[in-house]
Amino acid sequence: MSLAPSHFTSVILFAIFASIIFGITQRSTPRAMVRYGAYCFVLFLVAVIAASWLMYFIRH
Amino acid sequence: MMAQKVDVAKREAESNANRLGYMALIAGWLVPGAGHLMLKRWGRGLLVLGSITCMFVLGIMMGAKLYAPNAADLLDMLGFLGDLGSGLLYLISHAMGLGQAPVQIVTADYGAKFVVVAGLLNLISAVDAHSIAIGRKP
Repeated sequence: MSLAPSHFTSVILFAIFASIIFGITQRSTPRAMVRYGAYCFVLFLVAVIAASWLMYFIRH
Repeated sequence: MMAQKVDVAKREAESNANRLGYMALIAGWLVPGAGHLMLKRWGRGLLVLGSITCMFVLGIMMGAKLYAPNAADLLDMLGFLGDLGSGLLYLISHAMGLGQAPVQIVTADYGAKFVVVAGLLNLISAVDAHSIAIGRKP
């Protein structure tokens, strides 16, 4: 069985899993884990969207 | 005499914690989340198990290349070390011949990164389980 998600879907999947692990391993209390995981997820997405626009403007 | 007994008990407890720490580290490396589950951190263990396994399986489904030890190419060796971080997931997949096809589409390249990063995240989780076992982290 093969899978070919779009670039953005791939980024979202990557960000979800990486953020969960970062949250669990980098903080000690459940509340702090959730907050840090959400923070990492948002950072991933913002970085990707910013990099995408940057590449768009370089190209045009 | 009493102080000696306390000293012995303290040393024994430290030695037990160290042994448990190394067991959690190795179990966490071999099976994602097993280190946390061993320490009865059920929620964290299941989340690590689910996340790492999903990431690895999605990578394989996207057509990832699984790296093999190749001393001639440094990047291949780094990829291999990353892949190896997934423990049994990598060893079983490699034994089953998965991830041997050449990368032909761009999502397959993403898949290879998914697999490498799943391995690296699993190593972080195993070290986290070790830290919990020796009392460095609550």
